[in-house]
Amino acid sequence: MNPAEMTQAAPSLLALFWAGVIAFSIFVYVVLDGFDLGVGMLFGTTRDRDLRDEMMGAISPFWDGNETWLVVVGASLFAAFPAVYAIFLPAFYLPVLLLLIGLIFRGVAFEFRGRGGPSSIWSTGFWLGSGVVAFVQGAAVGAMILGVDVRNGQFAGGPFDWLRPLPVLTGIGLMFGYGLLGAGWLILKSPTRLRDWAYQRAPFLAIGMAVSLLLASLLTAIQAHGVMTRLVERPWAAGFFVVGLIALGGVLRGIARRRDAQPFAFTILFFLAAFGFLAAAFWPYMIPYSVTVASAAAPDKSLSFLFWGAGVVALPVVLIYSVVIHAVFRGKLQISGH
Amino acid sequence: MALDPLILSRIQFAFVVSFHIIFPSFTIGLAAWLATIEGMSLVTGRPVYRRVFDFWLKVFALSFAMGVVSGIVMAFQFGTNWSVLAERTGSIQGPLLGYEAFTAFLLEASFFGIMLLGRDRTPRWFYFFSCCMVALGTMASSYWILANNSWMQVPLGHKIVDGKIIPDDWKAILLGPVQLIRWPHMLLGAFLTTSMCVAATGAWHRLRNEAWEESHVMLDWGLGLAAVLIPAQILLGHVAGDLVHKYQPAKFAAIEARWHDEQPASEVLVAWPDERAGKNLYAISVPDLGSFIASGTWDSKEVGVDSFPAQDRPPVVVPFWAFRIMFGMGLAILAISWLGLVLRTLGWLEHARWFLWLTLFSFPTGFIAVLCGWFTAEVGRQPWVVYGLLRTKDAVTPSLTTPVAAASLIAYILVYALIYGFGAVYFHRLMRDGLTQKTRAAAGYDFYAERP
Repeated sequence: MNPAEMTQAAPSLLALFWAGVIAFSIFVYVVLDGFDLGVGMLFGTTRDRDLRDEMMGAISPFWDGNETWLVVVGASLFAAFPAVYAIFLPAFYLPVLLLLIGLIFRGVAFEFRGRGGPSSIWSTGFWLGSGVVAFVQGAAVGAMILGVDVRNGQFAGGPFDWLRPLPVLTGIGLMFGYGLLGAGWLILKSPTRLRDWAYQRAPFLAIGMAVSLLLASLLTAIQAHGVMTRLVERPWAAGFFVVGLIALGGVLRGIARRRDAQPFAFTILFFLAAFGFLAAAFWPYMIPYSVTVASAAAPDKSLSFLFWGAGVVALPVVLIYSVVIHAVFRGKLQISGH
Repeated sequence: MALDPLILSRIQFAFVVSFHIIFPSFTIGLAAWLATIEGMSLVTGRPVYRRVFDFWLKVFALSFAMGVVSGIVMAFQFGTNWSVLAERTGSIQGPLLGYEAFTAFLLEASFFGIMLLGRDRTPRWFYFFSCCMVALGTMASSYWILANNSWMQVPLGHKIVDGKIIPDDWKAILLGPVQLIRWPHMLLGAFLTTSMCVAATGAWHRLRNEAWEESHVMLDWGLGLAAVLIPAQILLGHVAGDLVHKYQPAKFAAIEARWHDEQPASEVLVAWPDERAGKNLYAISVPDLGSFIASGTWDSKEVGVDSFPAQDRPPVVVPFWAFRIMFGMGLAILAISWLGLVLRTLGWLEHARWFLWLTLFSFPTGFIAVLCGWFTAEVGRQPWVVYGLLRTKDAVTPSLTTPVAAASLIAYILVYALIYGFGAVYFHRLMRDGLTQKTRAAAGYDFYAERP
């Protein structure tokens, strides 16, 4: 710990617990909604009706529960770290707007697409919405790396602060990354030619992801001094790069050898490595580089009130539900030939 | 009125919440209705209940999806447009809304999956149990939302430290008198909304001379439930009014369009409140009745709007009219449901076409009542966002600019117009054909249907 950090108050155990919950939920969300957003984007790259229907089928029982984790993140953030909520959302006002509109179009597409009428609107809304959601989430990460302008506990920058080269690169990187997760999911779930179709696309997605993240890393090294000072202090963070490279190798090897579970599993490992790297670069800040976990935490009376109901009871239920829904609908899709 | 970020944010919030509330107020009742019908199906074994259930399940799925997407938008607005509110009151509102998301939404969302896809994969008792859990989940969800809103209306159990409003006594926040009345008031509003929609759907099919058995069930249950619930609702509404009288006198004066202190106070039945002049045009009032409604005595002194400082006065026209429309809808539901009971007893219900038409066109009564109830509560609370503690104008996001606020408002209006426009078409189609012909399942679900 460096002297600057030692002068700051240490976060309470409860604050650490909720920071952990939020970090964990973000990661679960990224993996789970990541694959259905990825499938959503892949949906836009074909006009083949059978492939499209099967793609919808591969994610329809899951997407709702997957998206729940975003609600968990938002709710925990507002509840446990209202100061972060009050800065983050205004700082990303336009991306959040795009995110919500993307989620709306994607969400109603599941209900509306099969009901007749102009299904092309909902199909387009589905893939376009998925792409926009993926892009703005990635861009938010890049913008956080560059730091957020905060004065007196409120965002003090402009509406387009987030729209710079690095966020654009991380946005594109996450689109590729989600696309790869989606392809991995389809490989895992599909027994038909959709699997072959996904196998063909997966290497391009993996390479696209790797290249855009490599460029983003170079830009980070040049532009983001906050991140760099932190990484110099924490040289072990370079280990995440190594894990990321190994994971990428695992993805490509799995594709080459046609091991159906491997691309998806190693893509998750890749995301875990990227996530660990970001955590090492940001800690103890929640809003880089102005708001720490300790300074943003709600009073203990709020955190403990939330802990007993949400932390001890509800959160495990969500987890169990996520496991159960994936277990109930486990295995390959059954094509009923309708 | 300048188009600044404040007014644009207020319009945006009002717009989004007005569209959103239509769906929860429908799905809370619908979830309970589905659990009831599934229970009836389990107990009696009559196939008609299963057909009615399957029909309303499709309606539920559509409204639930639209409620979820518009609800997510709601939750984020606290941060995007009202960041000072989020920062100053987040340690109270955050956990309340957090609990809503955690306990209720998750319960709904998880068991909802079983309701939608698990009929053939789960034992019957577990399926029924899932229906009950979804119903409980929607009700729990409304508890937290109402707890949050009731706290904004009448803040209790808090203290102020360094300008932040933080929790001091959660019991007072969760179980305050205002919350314990407003929550059941909202629940009954939702049940009545659904009852009238169920009855109207039954009447529609009866008028088209189709789905005879199903329409019979819907008319009986819809009108029957409404007839039983509406007196309780009127009573609860009265108690809720007493609480407004006690805790939010300025709002009470606005609802009554009472401009000056009066003793004894008259009751304005209808009028056009002229806010600028501070008086009522074309008023029809009853002497002394205002005192009686407010206090139960015929000669109490009641305060008027002008006894509050100008900067603390709420608007008058909206609360005044919204309250009267809500109350009028309640009376209409009372009249129609009780008339339905009489006709049922006489055995004329399904032959009195005029009554079936009346029932059909009464489908929006509940929605209008719920919306107007919210307008009364929310507009009447102004100029405060947290009553007496934080003004609306001080709660808006400081970094928000007019073009950005305007762009988001326009974007929401366009998106909602598209989504809800088509949603309305699909609802209409589903209501019309859902019972009489097999509609194609939403794409995708059938991929898992044939798993053993």
